[in-house]
Amino acid sequence: MSDPILRLEGVCTNIAQYHILQGVELEVPRGAVTMLLGRNGVGKTTTLRTIIGHWRAHKGRVLLDGQDITHMPTPAIARTGVGFVPEDMGIFANLTVEENMVLAAVSGPIDSARLDWVFQAFPPLKTFWKSEAGNLSGGQKQMLSIARAMVEERRLYLIDEPTKGLAPAIVSTMARALRELKAQGASILLVEQNFSVARALGDTACVMDDGRIVWSGAMSELATDAGLQERLMGLSMDAH
Amino acid sequence: MSMAPEHAPRMARLSLAQRLAPWMPVLLVPILIVLGAVAIPNTSSWLTLTVSGLAMGMMIFLMASGLTLVFGLMDVINFGHGAFVSVGAFVGVSVLLMLGGMTGAPSLALNLAAMLLAVIGAMLATGAMGWAFEKVIVQPVYGHHLKQILVTMGGLIVVEQLIIVLWGPEEIYISRPEALKGAITFAGAALEKYRLVAVGFGLVVFAVMRWTLRRTKIGLIVRAGVENGEMVQALGYRLRLVFVGVFIAGSALAGLGGVMWGLYQEVVTAHMGNQAMILIFIVVIIGGLGSVEGCFIGALLVGLMQNYVAFLEPKVALISNIGLMVAILMWRPMGMIPVVKAK
Amino acid sequence: MIKAVLSGDMPRSVVLASILGLILFCLALAPFLFPGVRTVDTAARICVFVVLVASYDLLLGYGGIVSFAHTMFFGIGAYGVALASTHLGRGFDALAGGALAGAGVAAALAFVIGLFSLRVRAIFFAMITLAVASAVAVLVSQLSGLTGGEDGLTFQTPRELGPAFKFGDELFGVKLNGKLLSYYLVFTGSLILFLLMLRVVNSPFGRVLQAIRENDFRAEAIGYRVVRYRVAATCLSAAVAALAGSLYAIWLRYVGPDTTLSMEIMIDILLMVVIGGMGTMYGAVIGATVLVLAQNYLQNLMGAAGSAIEGLPVLPQLLDADRWLLWLGVLFILSVYFFPTGIVGRLRRS
Repeated sequence: MSDPILRLEGVCTNIAQYHILQGVELEVPRGAVTMLLGRNGVGKTTTLRTIIGHWRAHKGRVLLDGQDITHMPTPAIARTGVGFVPEDMGIFANLTVEENMVLAAVSGPIDSARLDWVFQAFPPLKTFWKSEAGNLSGGQKQMLSIARAMVEERRLYLIDEPTKGLAPAIVSTMARALRELKAQGASILLVEQNFSVARALGDTACVMDDGRIVWSGAMSELATDAGLQERLMGLSMDAH
Repeated sequence: MSMAPEHAPRMARLSLAQRLAPWMPVLLVPILIVLGAVAIPNTSSWLTLTVSGLAMGMMIFLMASGLTLVFGLMDVINFGHGAFVSVGAFVGVSVLLMLGGMTGAPSLALNLAAMLLAVIGAMLATGAMGWAFEKVIVQPVYGHHLKQILVTMGGLIVVEQLIIVLWGPEEIYISRPEALKGAITFAGAALEKYRLVAVGFGLVVFAVMRWTLRRTKIGLIVRAGVENGEMVQALGYRLRLVFVGVFIAGSALAGLGGVMWGLYQEVVTAHMGNQAMILIFIVVIIGGLGSVEGCFIGALLVGLMQNYVAFLEPKVALISNIGLMVAILMWRPMGMIPVVKAK
Repeated sequence: MIKAVLSGDMPRSVVLASILGLILFCLALAPFLFPGVRTVDTAARICVFVVLVASYDLLLGYGGIVSFAHTMFFGIGAYGVALASTHLGRGFDALAGGALAGAGVAAALAFVIGLFSLRVRAIFFAMITLAVASAVAVLVSQLSGLTGGEDGLTFQTPRELGPAFKFGDELFGVKLNGKLLSYYLVFTGSLILFLLMLRVVNSPFGRVLQAIRENDFRAEAIGYRVVRYRVAATCLSAAVAALAGSLYAIWLRYVGPDTTLSMEIMIDILLMVVIGGMGTMYGAVIGATVLVLAQNYLQNLMGAAGSAIEGLPVLPQLLDADRWLLWLGVLFILSVYFFPTGIVGRLRRS
């Protein structure tokens, strides 16, 4: 395997007086999907937010392609080619779908071929191109949120729970779109609670508990070992 | 995906009131004008008052727009905003006094050129001042409302005193450029030329501002930033830089408003910014903090209200605007066009 | 005993305690220590401003709420006494009635403003109070039939409080007349009101208020009705400010927009509370004393310095006695940045 696109070395992050991350060691291989798993509140979202720079690691290093981005400002991190889909989707409700997408294309006008590809993955976005994003349904908002990351080719995609609270039909749309993204050779770090999606997409998996990575290995290994799941996450994933 | 066949929801017909609700703020302006016509039976007086109310509203809008945007974008409340109004007025008036030859000539072109120079001078001065103010006064107190209010108030006091040091304690009287003096008669009503120019000017600035916010990428960033600044940064835009830009632009607009206001009253004093702040605050509160459209509508309402009431019962003109604010806050506690924040 | 009087809120610093003791001593014996019309007048002004600033500190320092209407409440109290004395005739009943009515009106007005603005956002309060206070000041100067307009109202207080009333000959060379009684009325009233404020901020109510200032979200989550506490603090602070205004009117036997309602006084209050120390109560004593003394005596010094360097460009204007506010403004900004706890905070730390 070539050297990883992203590496976290002993990252510790505090929020107010709470030590949320306590030495995260994480590698995201190039051109693969890495699942970040774990129960609620173990630090998965904090890990993503630390990588993009919303929260600052007070110890340890974050390396993107070997470059130390630990102390870079968020906009600079984003411009090195990191696409971020936050847990709350972060769409601009008062802006139209088009305006949301235009903003997401930081390096210039939207590439039309790329946009066609996005439309084909998420047809509703084409239909509601000129409507205010605030009027979209929950699933359509999530589509927009991911489409914003997809609209340009990024070196790394950070995606936080893209299927949270969505209807099954829309979950499969999401999964299909992410699979297409993966097929293009994208490197993705994905937080996901839906196991079938995780199993279908993930190449490798990292499991977090209490602010640390407690297990990492091939997704297939974790998927077939119910005892391991039980031990790591307190419940069997097959139950989902 | 296919539609479930039996489920066919129908939209209940919206009542008139429901359909009007989003447009209510916009409709308030004509409603107030009509109310004015009812209260003031003399049509020509009403027309005169309406024009001067609109003119005043436009000027208040110029002064208030920067304040509301700065708040929306960075949650910074600047009590020293009035300082830019005063400084703009003093710089502009000084330029006009220097260009006495141009303002005294009865040529519209020369007069407007002089005014343009005055406006540019004022905007440059207040823009530069805004940059310094942001660096020195505002930046150290980000995210701390109480300190922001105190420190920016302190900044206002200092600037006001510096104006007195530089221009002397006396008020300065200024007459309008020759071609803008006097009034034209329309339908029996005397409409001051300067006020008509002020209305036109205000409309142009509002249109440019709206266009910038709607049609340019920088405008998109500002609007998105008002809603969710964190996400704008995560997309790769340096919000901090945008904010400084908006602060400078807002200060320059306040300076522009100051010049217009000074010429409207034909006198400038060091305290005029402080006095303008009262109306500015009323306007941004009733408009909805952070909303440019709300600010525009609010400014027109306040301008009209002030002029109508001043004609009917001069003593309660200012109080009537407090009444307007109370009424609107009872109707919509966050202002007419509340800005939805992501968090 | 002292602890009980101070509601358990001790100065906690030897230097601070001695300064406070000295101020109390000087104010208590001012007519005897510094006989003279101007000095006693200064002492009375200090007494009144200590109360005014303390009541503001309840709001700003303990409640974390910025108000620009404090002079309005101060003025309501002053005008209450003046109007009552003018229309009901001179007498203690008119003074008491006017003061109570003023306090009541102030509290009611504060209640309404608080309800409107504190319900939505605390910063609304600062903006709305600024607008309302300015509008009221304009209104007062325009309703000249009732308020005397810009000229204000001169009125008569009971004979016992005037210089013509003598109740003895002389004591330590000081004439025992009504003016002396008047001073002690102001002094005693101020002392009681100050101790009352001290009690309030050290009561459970005061502690909840501070908890809200630190984190209103958490206070709400624990179950405190944040808006209620804030509105209550606003009303109480307004009522005490009005009473301070009444005392000031009794002392001056005059009210006018410049002595009670002007924005300048509001700025003075802000300076006093910040320089003395926000959220300490004792800061009000120190801030008011320092600033009133400075206003009376330092301004002369600045004037002298200004004329000494006459002939230089701009500098003399900067040091002009009238540019006093410029330097106070600079001092104010610097204190908010670097000494947010003011003089008292400094003394307590060292």
